[in-house]
Amino acid sequence: MIKALLSLMVPCGSLLILSACQPDIPETIQQGMVYCAEGSPESFNPQRVTSGTTIDAISQQLYDRLLDIDPATGELLPALATAWHLSEDGKTYWFTLRSDVQFHHTAFFSPGRTLNADDVTFTFNRILQTEHPYHQVGGANYPYFQSVGWDSLVKAVVAENSTTVRFELARPDSSFLSNLATDFAAVLSAEYAKQLLQQGKPELLDQRPIGTGPFFFKEYKKDQFIRYYRHPEYWRGKTELTQLVFDLVPDNAKRMAKLLTHECDVVAYPRNAELKLITERPDVEVQSQTSMNVGFWAFNTKKAPFDNVLVRKALAYAINKDAILEAVYFGYADKAKTILPPTSWAFYHDLPEQQYDPVKAKELLAQAGFANGFRMDIWAMPVQRLYNPNALKMAELMQADLAKIGVRASIVSFEWNSFRRKLSEFEHDSVLIGWSADNADPDNFFRPLLSCSAAESGSNRANWCDPNFDNLINQALLTADVKQRRSFYLTAQLYLDEQMPLVSIAHSKRFQAKSINVTGVTINPYGGISMARARKSL
Amino acid sequence: MMLHYFLRRAFLIGFVFVALTVLAFSLSYLFPGDVLTNVSGLSSIQPEQQQNLIQYYALDQSLLQQYIAYLNRILDGEWGLSFSSQQPVLSEIIAVFPATLELASYALLLSFVLGIPLGLFAAVKADSFLGKLISAITLVAYSIPIFWWALLLIMLFSLTLGVLPTAGRINVLFDIPTTTGFMLPDIWLSDIAYKAEATQDALRHLLLPAVVLATYPTTVMIRFTRDSMLAVLEQSYIKTARAKGLSRAQVLYHHGLRNALLPVIRQIGLQFSTLITLAMITEVIFSWPGIGQWLLDSIYQRNYPAIQGGLLVVSCLVIVVNMLTEILHTLFNPLARKA
Repeated sequence: MIKALLSLMVPCGSLLILSACQPDIPETIQQGMVYCAEGSPESFNPQRVTSGTTIDAISQQLYDRLLDIDPATGELLPALATAWHLSEDGKTYWFTLRSDVQFHHTAFFSPGRTLNADDVTFTFNRILQTEHPYHQVGGANYPYFQSVGWDSLVKAVVAENSTTVRFELARPDSSFLSNLATDFAAVLSAEYAKQLLQQGKPELLDQRPIGTGPFFFKEYKKDQFIRYYRHPEYWRGKTELTQLVFDLVPDNAKRMAKLLTHECDVVAYPRNAELKLITERPDVEVQSQTSMNVGFWAFNTKKAPFDNVLVRKALAYAINKDAILEAVYFGYADKAKTILPPTSWAFYHDLPEQQYDPVKAKELLAQAGFANGFRMDIWAMPVQRLYNPNALKMAELMQADLAKIGVRASIVSFEWNSFRRKLSEFEHDSVLIGWSADNADPDNFFRPLLSCSAAESGSNRANWCDPNFDNLINQALLTADVKQRRSFYLTAQLYLDEQMPLVSIAHSKRFQAKSINVTGVTINPYGGISMARARKSL
Repeated sequence: MMLHYFLRRAFLIGFVFVALTVLAFSLSYLFPGDVLTNVSGLSSIQPEQQQNLIQYYALDQSLLQQYIAYLNRILDGEWGLSFSSQQPVLSEIIAVFPATLELASYALLLSFVLGIPLGLFAAVKADSFLGKLISAITLVAYSIPIFWWALLLIMLFSLTLGVLPTAGRINVLFDIPTTTGFMLPDIWLSDIAYKAEATQDALRHLLLPAVVLATYPTTVMIRFTRDSMLAVLEQSYIKTARAKGLSRAQVLYHHGLRNALLPVIRQIGLQFSTLITLAMITEVIFSWPGIGQWLLDSIYQRNYPAIQGGLLVVSCLVIVVNMLTEILHTLFNPLARKA
């Protein structure tokens, strides 16, 4: 140990802190990257989670999916599946798998074979078959697949031969392929699962992951860091980075400090208020991407007076969205016309924009019989989310706007868990909340937010169940023809604009900050971050 | 004589330990929520498990028997599960504790190396400009709130000058296998090829937290050494020694130092609990993954089994250190042994 000390003293002189002294650092460090994330992962299996923090950290790094989404166009691309086709009736899908895909070779698992159809059937049967040995492991909780109704949609997943998998559906569903391309549909190793079962430790499948992705898992120190190394036999070719570390820094200010001292190469979610400060630095850079999300103000449409469409429209006219965008999003968001973001292929470009018009609002209120206004609650969510970074501030601005048309609003907030519980019991008058999409399919906005089944399950914050609207979005799913689907969705958007169960406010951009010498880290509008193409110039 | 003294100390420490465990044990009842959940740390208890667990934790028996069962579990290393991670509390403590010990001992070492010589100097040259300067700086440093001081140092050395890192024990890209849990020994014990670089990086990470944490004990050390030395120098035996013709250095070394440092040793024990408290704050500021940060997180998450275990370990540490310094003090001071 004295030798070690001496060997560092001699070349660097006695001043340890002298940064000019650059010793010969090995490649795993020089070509290693530190991504500073905002929180710890809940699991290492994407099937088991919906939180964006976890998906960012695990999904694209460790796993591959059958299909990928082209981040630029939103189109589906081949990934583990080289080709796929659909039966005439739209109820059976066949996928042809790549035969050269290697699983991770780690300290705890040595794969005996390449990827085959068994891995795919294992992955999805775990979710679908209640008697599957892994189904109950960790509590039978597969939130994404449950929310899109896979248990009733997918009847069977069958391996026809080692490279062909067949999915049998109960009904045609044009969002099926998009769901397979989400970050949640990662393909696991059946061989590893079998080995764990024999060892009697099936729960390790979700804690010590084996996948086919560009990096393999080395270690996870809770609340400290996750360490990945490069997968040397990655089927797309090995990555430039030799090591990838997710440094877990929940504190915004600390994450920012670590970026400025270059302890982090890439930083997730810099605060909007600090973006200007960062952009002034020459050694760091801010990237932004319009993300697939929407922040909105939903009315409880089963409660008077919000069951009156005139009242809902009046309230929509009363809100000054431009002021909100400036004060809450610091201008880093697009004003929303409808719940779909403009980057979606089903977005209605010619939809008239909701104007800020207090006079018109007052007229409408008078027509509805509320010439003297009324009292109402605005529920503001207590946490910061991408789609709404500061709901309380937004509520205060809206309170002032509403006062101008004689509506006296009070602001209500609870702790986040009770807030969501009370919301799903529809105790609110109106609520400021939002939604982030998981895939490029427009159905991912309409169905979970405004369908009748969502009103039953409680995720429809407007408590709005309209058979006409449900009909439109259901028909859109039955056809695979994009033009036809688009026309259904345009009608649906127009209908929403007439009925106004919620007021869409903004589509926030997602930001990340990075050192100037880091390239190839782009924000994916449809899901988790991918570090596969990242590189660091020295 | 000495044996008697040690026995008395051992008895005392046993008594304190009982008092501590009684407190920790009663926390399971004092914390809100179900006692069984608080004791076991299991987040979801199935109805069919419940009876077994109640028997296992002796919850159906008298409080005294429950306490004895608790003591047995503590000694067996069964400290329950942490609510947040569902991992054994003891293994989590073992994982984080060395980091705190490492930081605290470097800070303590720093405060010795700086504090005692500076204090002696300030006493011997009490009327000189330097002596007064040391006293003044000490007073300022003693009064600075530690979190503010830490932020100042981070602003200067990390954000403005960019020479020191702001957080952690080592650059996360260095893959150092955990053997002892102490960073520097772990680096030297590992078989990595870049030991020198890793050591340098670990020292750079250590520097700011150690300086911040050492600030308070150093000032205490300077003030105490100075005051105690001044008091000793006033004693008549010093004057006698000088009158005998001994040189100033001889007097200082043979008669002054030993007598002056005695109360200082005792101070270490007394200041140790403050040091641990300050270490917790330092850990949070510098994201140092030690028991302080872990305990504060646990308190924030209302993770009762973890709070219980953490308090027990931290207070035992403080008591043991107190006791050790007492014993040291006694060994150096024949007068105390008689008392």
